[in-house]
Amino acid sequence: MPSEHVILDSRKSFIIEKGVAAGATIDCDKESLSGAVSQRACVYCGARVVLNPITDAVHIVHGPIGCASYTWDIRGSLSSDSEMYRNSFSTDLREKDIIFGGETKLAKAIEEVYSAYHPKIIFVYATCVVGVIGDDVDAVCKLAEQTYNLRVIPVKSPGFTGNKRTGYKMACMALMQLMGDEPHEEKIPYTINYLGDFNLAAEAWIIQKYLREMGIRVISTITGDASYSTLINAPKASYNVVQCAGSMTYLAKQMKKTYGIPFEKVRFLGVDETVKALRKIAYLVGDTKVIERTNALIEREMKKTHERLETYKKKVAGKKAAIYVGGGFKAIALIKQFRNLGMHVVVVGTQTGDSEEYAMIRRLTEDGTVILDDANPSELQKFAMDKQADLLVGGVKERPLAYKLGMAFIDHNHERKHALSGFEGAVNFAKEVDMTLNSPVWHYVKNKNKTI
Amino acid sequence: MLDYTPKEITERKALNVNPAKTCQPIGAMYAALGINKCLPHSHGSQGCCSYHRMHLTRHFRDPIVASTSSFTEGACVFGGKSNLVKGIQNVFNIYNPDIIAVNTTCLSETIGDDVGEFIRDSKVPEGKRVIYANTPSYAGSHVTGFSNMCKSMVTQIAESTMGEGNNGKVNIMPGFVEPSDMKEIKRIAEEIGMDYTMYPDTSDVVNTPNTGKYDMYPEGGTSVEAIRESGDAMATVALGKYTSEEAAFKLEHKCKVAPYVLKVPLGIKATDAMIFKFIELTGKSVPKALEKERGQLVDLMVDVHHHYHGKKVAIFGDPDIVTAMTEFVIDLGMIPKYVLTGTPGKVFAKDIYHMLENAGIEGSSVKSEGDLFELHQWIKNEPVDLIIGNTYGKYIARAENIPLVRVGFPILDRVGHSYFPVVGYMGAMRLIEKISTAFLDKYDQECADEDFELVM
Repeated sequence: MPSEHVILDSRKSFIIEKGVAAGATIDCDKESLSGAVSQRACVYCGARVVLNPITDAVHIVHGPIGCASYTWDIRGSLSSDSEMYRNSFSTDLREKDIIFGGETKLAKAIEEVYSAYHPKIIFVYATCVVGVIGDDVDAVCKLAEQTYNLRVIPVKSPGFTGNKRTGYKMACMALMQLMGDEPHEEKIPYTINYLGDFNLAAEAWIIQKYLREMGIRVISTITGDASYSTLINAPKASYNVVQCAGSMTYLAKQMKKTYGIPFEKVRFLGVDETVKALRKIAYLVGDTKVIERTNALIEREMKKTHERLETYKKKVAGKKAAIYVGGGFKAIALIKQFRNLGMHVVVVGTQTGDSEEYAMIRRLTEDGTVILDDANPSELQKFAMDKQADLLVGGVKERPLAYKLGMAFIDHNHERKHALSGFEGAVNFAKEVDMTLNSPVWHYVKNKNKTI
Repeated sequence: MLDYTPKEITERKALNVNPAKTCQPIGAMYAALGINKCLPHSHGSQGCCSYHRMHLTRHFRDPIVASTSSFTEGACVFGGKSNLVKGIQNVFNIYNPDIIAVNTTCLSETIGDDVGEFIRDSKVPEGKRVIYANTPSYAGSHVTGFSNMCKSMVTQIAESTMGEGNNGKVNIMPGFVEPSDMKEIKRIAEEIGMDYTMYPDTSDVVNTPNTGKYDMYPEGGTSVEAIRESGDAMATVALGKYTSEEAAFKLEHKCKVAPYVLKVPLGIKATDAMIFKFIELTGKSVPKALEKERGQLVDLMVDVHHHYHGKKVAIFGDPDIVTAMTEFVIDLGMIPKYVLTGTPGKVFAKDIYHMLENAGIEGSSVKSEGDLFELHQWIKNEPVDLIIGNTYGKYIARAENIPLVRVGFPILDRVGHSYFPVVGYMGAMRLIEKISTAFLDKYDQECADEDFELVM
């Protein structure tokens, strides 16, 4: 089977095999090939996934219905209060709106949202077709702000203006617009903003719990379980800590520039990364008491986690894993987690990794590991099978592919059901790896090229 | 989550809240998957293709593959021709399908891409084909997209090669139903001994067995050749006005094949109608096996009719499914209190009101181009006992503590729909099981101790 899969010449620079193509750099952050079965999404998708977890916001998708339908309650971001964000609002543009323009309909839709809910904040997403027909979304939003005395923020996200990464940036720009451009000189000590956690399966709450114990208060989680009031207070924080670098580094940089908030990148995926992240934050604050409390927390949790991980490690060590995820930072954390479980990573790919991240991936992987950017299903199939992977980590579209190939699977995307962050997350991850790798079902999968 | 739905209903003109539909291209993509060795291609930005694949993947739990033109700003300014021409070449080179089915998106439609012309200017290898359908997302719904791709199969593939003669086959256009439903309709046709061509046919394409290997083109789907020959058929049975009628009419126009438009065979009456049509067309008699199944269905209906008689139900989803479902619940003695589809179209309400009137049911609300916010408001004002619809109904079901029977598209949180049909007599039995179980489970969980019984 694998030999039947042709890798196009134009795709070859996006794929390297560590140790085999030494010295070569990997192409990334480029447009997908026309005609490819790309796993990538669009600018709107990037913007929406970042902003959607803001719980008390109304998210109006200005465009035909599809963009709103497919992103209705798209991720399992949890809320401690409002559930407004889980509804799906759209202008549902029809043919005549495309011909005569959709501005009037958008203005009317905002009015209808306002009179039904009186929200504090509305995000208006401009989709592909709105970009083409040229609706002045900025003007409509501005006028609505004045009329109803609430924040109405345009998110420029026509799908064709880049890829998902561009959408992240557009979301960050919308957040900056919300927070304003006033510099905030006075900072509240021992406070941080926690950026780039979307509170999937309560992940942001796990991290907040650690930070509380350390004596650090989180002003705003961005954007998991965020709300209008926490976001507008974000400029008062002393530090910014960035978990999902791909989506939030831009915002951290802007906040540094505008409000003078220094930032650090952290990763709470896996034990090693979690420990490193907590220490980094403690030293950032620099208070002896905070450092002491952090060390105590780490020691206690490490002991507990280590014991639990060992039981799973016995059951999964030696197996081979393939990784295909959205961002580079996640791939890096996963490589380390698999290594801790005694597993070998044989394929690593991302949708939106950058060259810095790929360099790190190369440093971390064993010789013979295939590293690839913007892979399509037939490439994933080819390399996962060539390298005899036992397990694939991916998102919704990769799951059935892995299963069809007789491979275990872990969702590390929107559909994760258990928290994968922090110490608890590391245990959950190991448990899931064990559960899927050692399911009896694989005994019934025919023609498997390997046994588990 | 839907605690935010106010009871008071105010008129909305511009805002869709919690849609009961989605956009054309996904319907076209699903229809295209019903052709053997076909790769659907989405002509627009990457996001559309990605969303459609994601949604179909979640619903079917099978790999759904489609390629995209990957529009950039350049394509929007200069048109998508080079993207499509290059894309078609790449698709044949990399993925080697027998046929590519291109659907447009709101973007490529708005910039005015002439996809037909682009395809004519593309290099299509010998023996391969490229068809296309115009599927702007701002018209109709996913149901319209399905219909449009079916129409394109007729206009761009079907031919009349035998002059006035016919090949003795009956075309079956099954509509936007599950692969399991398509398979069940084929089984019924085979029981009768009818020679047929079903298209599109997604059975064995989106519900494939696990063999330990991944096949990009599973064995299912109608062959291009069979679709071509459908122009020589003796008749077309089109199941569902919204999804199949236009394709059937086109085939009549193009190849003089007589069209018969029936309901999707969901429920006893609609299944009877389909079988009688098959019998009428073939001159055969009703096979014993089907007669027996019908008898078993009636037996089941008799056994449990008291479980659901007089209960009020809200039905929402795709117009063809909802129409047939409404007919069935009336036959079960239930009251379709609210009937709603997100898909635009005037026939829907007319058909439903007609059925309600014949059954002497008054005071029901019926709406096309509605959304689930409105359905929820109706329910808040006057509750129902059951909701029948797709997965999105679960928000209302939870908020109002009403059981939900999942029928339609998409079903993202349960399994089985790809394998167990809801059409035909067997499907009707399954629906009765689901409906009656939904009521009884709720009763068992909530009833007082003294009402809790072993035998129900």
